[in-house]
Amino acid sequence: MSTVVIVGAGPAGIRAACTLVEHGLRPIVIDEARLPGGQGYRRPSPALPLDMKRLMGSEYGKYDALHRAFDALRDRIDYRSSTLVWGIDGNTLYLISDGRPSTQTFDKLILATGAMDKVAPLAGVTLPGVFTLGGAQIALKDQGCLIGRRVAFVGSSPLLTLAAKQYRQMGADIALIADTTPLKDKIRELPALAKSPRTLMRGIAYHAHAWARGTPMLSGVNSIAIEGATHVEAIRVTDSSGRQRTIACDAVALGYGLKPETQLADLAGARFAYDALFNLWLPVTDADGRAADHLYLAGDGAAIGGADAAEASGALAAFAALTDLQIAVPAATMAGLRRTVSRLRAFQRGLAGAFAWPRDMIRQLPDDLTLCRCEDVSIGDVRAAMRREIAPVEINRVKAITRCGMGRCQGRICGPALQEIVADAARCTGAAAGRLRGQAPVKPIALAADSEP
Amino acid sequence: MPDQDRGQPRDAAERAQFHRVAQYASRPVGISFDGEPIVAMEGESLLAALLTARGSLRQHEFDGGRRAGFCLMGACQDCWVELADGRRLRACTTPVEDGMAVVSQVWPKDEVA
Repeated sequence: MSTVVIVGAGPAGIRAACTLVEHGLRPIVIDEARLPGGQGYRRPSPALPLDMKRLMGSEYGKYDALHRAFDALRDRIDYRSSTLVWGIDGNTLYLISDGRPSTQTFDKLILATGAMDKVAPLAGVTLPGVFTLGGAQIALKDQGCLIGRRVAFVGSSPLLTLAAKQYRQMGADIALIADTTPLKDKIRELPALAKSPRTLMRGIAYHAHAWARGTPMLSGVNSIAIEGATHVEAIRVTDSSGRQRTIACDAVALGYGLKPETQLADLAGARFAYDALFNLWLPVTDADGRAADHLYLAGDGAAIGGADAAEASGALAAFAALTDLQIAVPAATMAGLRRTVSRLRAFQRGLAGAFAWPRDMIRQLPDDLTLCRCEDVSIGDVRAAMRREIAPVEINRVKAITRCGMGRCQGRICGPALQEIVADAARCTGAAAGRLRGQAPVKPIALAADSEP
Repeated sequence: MPDQDRGQPRDAAERAQFHRVAQYASRPVGISFDGEPIVAMEGESLLAALLTARGSLRQHEFDGGRRAGFCLMGACQDCWVELADGRRLRACTTPVEDGMAVVSQVWPKDEVA
């Protein structure tokens, strides 16, 4: 029997596994987390009595169905939780689990590696109490904790109002919801967003929830700064009328939408193309997720589409792998999945306009802001390096010289903003600035682990 | 301020960053932070156990400031902490274990760049 390995046990990975099992295979599912579900559908520890029905709201049915599907699958797959894939060479995966290294070969590889928050530099971003927006939700779903008692939600994302609603329901005060995208840009995207009316209505309901409870909500904000000596004490923004506002808070959730986790796709041989709407390098796949020989990408790790698209694209990638293994698959089902994925990803492109990456704002940020929080590299350090004689103009060279993007997170946090700073200093497009390459190990591992057992 | 030199909270009553809204129904687990005991619950992440009791996790190697993690999903690597036994752990993805002794400031202040 062919060895199909799925990396990631979120909605895409689980639906891929379901599809393979239905066709008689026993896939290996490798997941870095302790429990299945990925980030959005994360399941709390059994010992933590958290009201997930309340927390997931209108999405609880899908959350519950996915976890039931996984539970039914559990004995029919080779599930390896708490296992990191840190490198890929040819058809061999390099793994580490609980400090123990191992390898696993594959005939077909489905990467369902998910996404993380896209963030941009701002004053005070390294202060204790500032977390990513996704992190704020995970603190709640995974650990039953609020990141603070009085929380500000800032950036530009439809999830700002969703997370604020979840936080309010769990007892937090919401200090502020501040979005950098101007209101007129959001209104301009309404026709595109109306193509997915249910999701649009959910978004409007989250806004209405905040509005009805008197939460200060601003759009088109600029000059965001977090104030505090040793921890978050307040957030300062300039609103769309140019007025500076300072609002007391003890935590900040920050997010500008999501970016796919593509390091493993990179190591596995995927090609990348610059996407000028998301301002990101994204892996190139066909409509079914094929990215290279024996390589399939699914879910938000391939292209941001949300949980429903992740489930559909996971099934689709599995069907593509089955097809390539000469196993008969239902053509009509595949066609339906393709339509679903394409529609939902197109909706996300509309969202990317309504909740825009603030490219121009980032390019104009002052020199003294920290760009790379791992290596403590400022925006000014990068600009200064690029002003020197025979200076680098390509992002990997800039990384080599400044160490921005070379730290423990490997550019996951600073990468998108570094792309803008480099493009601006080199007076070129984001695409011409180059692409930060993925490197093994994709996450820190102990030196002793980098060897065969 | 000798306390600060040892990397302990500047203020003995330093406020916790996290606020717990659901209680674990598991057994208590004893850990410590810079020598001070903290009661955690089995199943809790090391990060949640520390931040429900303290305001930060560690001192940053380069800028010398305090850090408390950032992404909470194992991507940013901001929450790596060092234990007295030499182990280094990513606090957001590591469950607490009895006896974990976290040392939040490993570098003497004057050696921080």
